[in-house]
Amino acid sequence: MALLTLTVNGTSVSREVAPGTLLSDFIREHLRLTGTHVGCDTGQCGACTVHLDGRAVKSCSMLAAQAEGRSLTTIEGIAGADGAMHPMQVAFNQCHGLQCGFCTPGMVMSAIDLVQHHDCSSEAQVREGLEGNFCRCTGYQNIVKAVQQGAKAMA
Amino acid sequence: MNARQGFIGQSVVRREDGRFLTGRGQYTDDITLPGQTYAVFLRSPHAHAKISSVNTAAAAKAPGVIAIYTGEHFRAVGGLPCGWLINSMDGSPMKEPKHPVLADGKVRYVGDRVALVVAETLEQAKAARDLIEVDYEVLPAVIDLATVNQAAAAVHDEAPDNRCYLWQIGDKEGVDAAFATAAHVSKLTFRNNRLVPNAIEPRAANASYNPASDEYTLYVANQNPHVERLLMCAFVLGIPEHKMRVVAPDVGGGFGSKIFLYGEETALVWASKQVKRPIKWTAERSEAFLSDAHGRDHLTTAELALDKDGRFTGFRVNTTANLGAYLSTFSSAVPTILYATLLAGQYTTPKIVCTVNAVFTNTAPVDAYRGAGRPEATYTVERIVETAARELGIDPAELRRRNFIRSFPYATPVGLTYDTGDYDATMNRAVELADVAGFEARRKASEAKGLKRGIGYSAYIEACGIAPSSVAGALGARAGLFEAGEVRVHPTGKVTIFTGSHSHGQGHETTFAQVVADRLGIPLEDVSIEHGDTGKILFGMGTYGSRSLAVGGTAIVKALDKVIAKGKKIAAHLMEAADTDVVFENGVFKVEGTDKNVPFASVALTAYVPHNFPHDKLEPGLNENAFYDPSNFTYPAGAYVCEVEVDPATGTVRIDRFTACDDFGNVINPMIVEGQVHGGLVQGLGQALLENCVYDPESGQLLSGSYMDYAMPRADDMPHFTVETVKGTPCTHNPLGVKGCGEAGAIGSPPALINAICHALGVKDVPMPASPYNVWKAAQAAA
Repeated sequence: MALLTLTVNGTSVSREVAPGTLLSDFIREHLRLTGTHVGCDTGQCGACTVHLDGRAVKSCSMLAAQAEGRSLTTIEGIAGADGAMHPMQVAFNQCHGLQCGFCTPGMVMSAIDLVQHHDCSSEAQVREGLEGNFCRCTGYQNIVKAVQQGAKAMA
Repeated sequence: MNARQGFIGQSVVRREDGRFLTGRGQYTDDITLPGQTYAVFLRSPHAHAKISSVNTAAAAKAPGVIAIYTGEHFRAVGGLPCGWLINSMDGSPMKEPKHPVLADGKVRYVGDRVALVVAETLEQAKAARDLIEVDYEVLPAVIDLATVNQAAAAVHDEAPDNRCYLWQIGDKEGVDAAFATAAHVSKLTFRNNRLVPNAIEPRAANASYNPASDEYTLYVANQNPHVERLLMCAFVLGIPEHKMRVVAPDVGGGFGSKIFLYGEETALVWASKQVKRPIKWTAERSEAFLSDAHGRDHLTTAELALDKDGRFTGFRVNTTANLGAYLSTFSSAVPTILYATLLAGQYTTPKIVCTVNAVFTNTAPVDAYRGAGRPEATYTVERIVETAARELGIDPAELRRRNFIRSFPYATPVGLTYDTGDYDATMNRAVELADVAGFEARRKASEAKGLKRGIGYSAYIEACGIAPSSVAGALGARAGLFEAGEVRVHPTGKVTIFTGSHSHGQGHETTFAQVVADRLGIPLEDVSIEHGDTGKILFGMGTYGSRSLAVGGTAIVKALDKVIAKGKKIAAHLMEAADTDVVFENGVFKVEGTDKNVPFASVALTAYVPHNFPHDKLEPGLNENAFYDPSNFTYPAGAYVCEVEVDPATGTVRIDRFTACDDFGNVINPMIVEGQVHGGLVQGLGQALLENCVYDPESGQLLSGSYMDYAMPRADDMPHFTVETVKGTPCTHNPLGVKGCGEAGAIGSPPALINAICHALGVKDVPMPASPYNVWKAAQAAA
């Protein structure tokens, strides 16, 4: 076991973890932040996407120890200080960009990163940018619409 | 004030989204109980083998291990039941070999459950699993569908030719006569490829036993908790039903795969009493690939007879349907009742016969997957119709129009009676929206780039709103197929609805609330929808077959009718009027022709504070329930047009445009309906373009066992769809006039895409999935 210290959704957190603990397990099982989901075991589905130092990462594909000293943001941590939903969350609601909701946290975290760091002016760019996140319910069309609307709201 | 709310037909944004968007959804794996233990299953590495011995001694001593169970522990309990009896043509019942909770003596597919390990932590359970020693005597695997009845081995001793049943529907002699006089016959043989449902939430369960009350609680990712409870209690474990609570909390997609009673949760429930602690199991994705019930997997030969005017005169279909190693919950009904009865499609074909050879193989069980039989039927009909059109040089839309059913009700030759429809409306609108008129110009533009452009059509019909119980029972169903709903009006006039339907993405908390708010004339915020808990809901048959609104919604409407009827009597008493003079409009009870009125909330309060109440005629309270058993299926239908650009050098296919025009009858929430169509389209196009579940034909190993090997549709694989729901023909036999929309996209889209690729290449067939290799091969053969 080793002591892991990091910032989680703006708050400093220290926990003893086994060296082999995946970041996704640390988030779900140690911190009980169950909004981050695990949908596969090969790093393909993207349901576990979180932000580490402001960039999207698949938390199932790295060790918790690699987050030492860094700033982790999960779906539970993107609302405004007043509790209002992030503009991307609002856009997903308004555009019907979710159905069962399981892929949604990862999708929203990817979408925010996509909008912040990539050119999303065309539908094709958004679709390519979402390649790392599976959704089995929506057929993606309304997710793409939500990302475009969220991008406008974040601009 | 009290204006009619008018929620029907409004794209109300979803009320359930908040918890999902903020990470507050509660899926089964999110639930951890006091004293939680964790389970893993040891699964068979072989497709077919005798289990000579299982040695758990070393594993049992491993750190943290609480218990290990194998097949012998479950000998005293029942097998997992199949809910539908199909009889063979000779009258004999289908072969129903025992489907054990854990394999006993033999394993029959890669992934078959051999042992359950319960430990303090998941890591300890996995480590102990690695210490279990199993001696297998490997047997030949039965995999290939084309030769399955002559295979060297038998999956079950009870079925030496690996046949579960040989079933037939229709008029064989009539069809033979039609073919004898046909002006043209089209024939195709194809595989409807095997799919893995792949809900993004893997299956999961958390079972506990309370010795103080002798009660079990099962949290499970499931589409129909009451059915789960009934099957597990009454048929397998013998637990009294009232001692078992099944909760299906937030469920991350189902698509059919979470209808069924599986061995995993059954073993967990049984074991929870032994270890007296809660046991949680969550499938890893690789386990989901191995052990979720798969979909489709038909090998079909279809022959269509036409007269000189292009009218269909006879249709002959022979299908071998893969059921996998064991009969899953509804598996036997999928390639029969849900498939062959849809082979009339939208057409007046007078003579149809379908023979189904349902077989066991050493593969995972196959059962209902989004559409369940109806996609296979639509693929069969719409591929052969388009093939005939191309062979005869008739425009495919025109050939369809020549054969459309236009008089309703229409009794098909395969057992269904369509109540209503307007197939010209959807076809004409689809052709218009797809700009078919501009196709030739686009084709030339593609040609100039060295690419081949093609257009393909599909005109689907489905039978939804499952089902009239009496019809289902006559066809072999071992369950009723009604739905239950309860309306609990609180003293303040707020309303809680309890529905036996289950939402795992469909948006019932919004759509159902729209129906209720509209009927009662109250704000949406005053309505909440409860589902998914046998401890709260009176009963339910659950959500599948696009049945929730048509059947579950109607049950709620029937209960609302009772609430309003009782409310009228209470209001009449308050207004000192005759019951028959009271009307209910826009949330207010009124005496017709006067200005006397009482709002709904006042009536509710009076029901619970019955100081001035007609006690001689009524009981206090305002709480009603209803069971609704439909008198017919519903028949959503539509027309889809797909346009592709194919690179003949590489075999890559780009879906340039896809147009879907559907008739779902009345629509409560157009936004949600459109979302359902989008999702269905991507599952259907995923089947046709990308997805394929493949077993090695010799070893029976699953070759497509992860997202690295199984091509899930991603955002950039798909085009922007043009989707329109026509004004439509309301269902004639439910009060909402709704038909169901959940599966249409998955049913109608595969043949449209394959038809378009065949048109582009000028070939008769391209196998699904239309991978670059399959398309390139077809292009080479045509060149």
